[in-house]
Amino acid sequence: MSKNVTIGNKKVTVTPFASWMVVFVLVPMALVVYYAFTNADGSFTVENLKWIYTYRSTMFLSLRLAFIATVICLLLAYPIAYSMSRASEKIQRNATLIIMLPMWMNFLVRTYSWMTILENNGLINSALRTIAGMLGTDFDGFQLINNRGAIVLGMVYNFLPYMILPIYTSLTKIDNSLLEAARDLGSNGFHVFKRVILPLSVPGIISGITMVFIPSISTFIISRILGGGKDYLIGDLIEDYFLGNSGVVNYNVGAALSMVLMVLILIATFFMNRVDKDAKTSGGGRI
Amino acid sequence: MKDNVIIDLKNISVSFDGEQILKNISLYIRNGEFITFLGPSGCGKTTTLRIIAGFLEPDGGDVIFDNKRINGVPPHKREVNTIFQRYALFPHLNVAENIAFGLKLKKMPKSEIDQKVSDMLSLVNLKGFEHRNINSLSGGQQQRVAIARALAVDPKVLLLDEPLGALDLKLRKDMQNELKKIQQRLGITFIYVTHDQEEALSMSDTIVVMDSGKIQQIGSPTDIYNEPKNAFVADFIGESNIVDGIMKEDKVVEFSGHVFDCLDSGFAKNEAVDVVVRPEDVDVVPLEQGMLTGKVTSVTFKGVHYEIIVDIGGFLWMIQSTDIQYEGSEIGLVIEPDAIHIMKKSEYSGTFGDFSSYSDEFDELSDVNAGIDAEDSDDE
Repeated sequence: MSKNVTIGNKKVTVTPFASWMVVFVLVPMALVVYYAFTNADGSFTVENLKWIYTYRSTMFLSLRLAFIATVICLLLAYPIAYSMSRASEKIQRNATLIIMLPMWMNFLVRTYSWMTILENNGLINSALRTIAGMLGTDFDGFQLINNRGAIVLGMVYNFLPYMILPIYTSLTKIDNSLLEAARDLGSNGFHVFKRVILPLSVPGIISGITMVFIPSISTFIISRILGGGKDYLIGDLIEDYFLGNSGVVNYNVGAALSMVLMVLILIATFFMNRVDKDAKTSGGGRI
Repeated sequence: MKDNVIIDLKNISVSFDGEQILKNISLYIRNGEFITFLGPSGCGKTTTLRIIAGFLEPDGGDVIFDNKRINGVPPHKREVNTIFQRYALFPHLNVAENIAFGLKLKKMPKSEIDQKVSDMLSLVNLKGFEHRNINSLSGGQQQRVAIARALAVDPKVLLLDEPLGALDLKLRKDMQNELKKIQQRLGITFIYVTHDQEEALSMSDTIVVMDSGKIQQIGSPTDIYNEPKNAFVADFIGESNIVDGIMKEDKVVEFSGHVFDCLDSGFAKNEAVDVVVRPEDVDVVPLEQGMLTGKVTSVTFKGVHYEIIVDIGGFLWMIQSTDIQYEGSEIGLVIEPDAIHIMKKSEYSGTFGDFSSYSDEFDELSDVNAGIDAEDSDDE
């Protein structure tokens, strides 16, 4: 498919990859930027960016929830990934399969199923009510859904595999003789972890954080289904502006909000990669 | 009484998955000696080393260190340090940080650590490399860092697990000399594991030849070479012609249809024995003067000498001579009494045969396999 074409006086090989990038990345990005800096008439304006200020609290809430979800994912994922990497090959294979399994199901289905678990007449509250009934007391049920906790739960549940797998990969890449060398030189178990395992798994941690934080900060489905629409996240806002759910269709404001979100993510990724490079590790645990 | 013993292994046995790797090994190591475990892959030499290091607990037997039983003592509490096959340097630390790794754990003040690191770097000829990244170093330099890192913590015993296996020939020779010098300067015990017999002969004070989980022979390099205990040792160390013989009486042996004088005694009359004759100890003479006669089947120039394969009554002998012979010619051979070494029959008798299938290429191929096997067993 690739052929040589001449642009100006430079010979360029147009690979399928390059065309893919142009159609699916560059053009959409250019459109976002175009809409962000124009008004309904198509003339240049920076007015749209002012909406960021209006919606700053939504932005901060999104950042906060995504941050909390990422931290919880990291705290859960590291021990899981670590014990996986220490287990026998058979257990490692099966564990990887089990972690991947939910990802084969539709994202919406997975999230809706949490609704049936958490809601007032859901699995948990019904079970508790039955127990309360047996004890002869009255029980209204806990408010488990339509709050921020449920949103964070949805994020953690959906994105946890993206944290486990890169960390697991980086841990399995650590040569066992390095751990033996550390013990040989006088390290006990804790020191081996602190001085060798943890620093060498930093690339996996960075990948995991990136892969959890980005979808968390831009999600709109999770907050709608599990947050009950009470807590608007930046993703919901952008969706509304494009689909007109709140009565107004405004591509320009939607594009401006998207662009700001994108820039924030790019800045975050940039700093993450700096940490990664400082860790001086070769190879790394990217998937 | 055994004097000055630092490590004493008593009846050590180890099995993996029902397969016995070490079969009742007993061995003592003197303080300050350079001792080498030599043997083919799978002989148990690395396993023995890992038991001393503490990475592996024996199923049976005692490990005595400095008169104390150390079975069950974890590696970080043992006064031994290891140089690993592939160095195992920490990729996230630079040269100085690698060397300081063990020192920091000892809570040494920073000025002392810096001093020690720089001492170690000059010991291994790597001055000025403090801040270099590990991945930017050559194999030989990484090897030196590994040595410096292990020696920095002042071990009483240094364990070296085929440390030079990954280096090219020239560098390997240099490092052999350097390791030997370092050992002599520091005066600490080196326990060296290798499958390279030349390396073992040139570096060691004592060689422990191992095969299939058992010690075949312990001795000085000259003992091992000149007085091999059985056909395995004779074949593994250097080139050997191993033929069946009959001990007629003390100092008289018959093999290849001729009766020879020799220096060995203490065998029963007419006992069947293995006779070892080194290729360099056979003299080529005109046909009519030979004790043995044979036809030259191949001649290979080796630089210092010619390697000549001679068919003597159907058994192919290898002879090394500085004089050229020609393929197809009939020659006579003379073997002096001191060139003949007699061994008792063992389980290895008859397993090595003659030089009919011998070729350098074959040797190298089996070496490659040896390397892979050694790595496999390392992972266990």
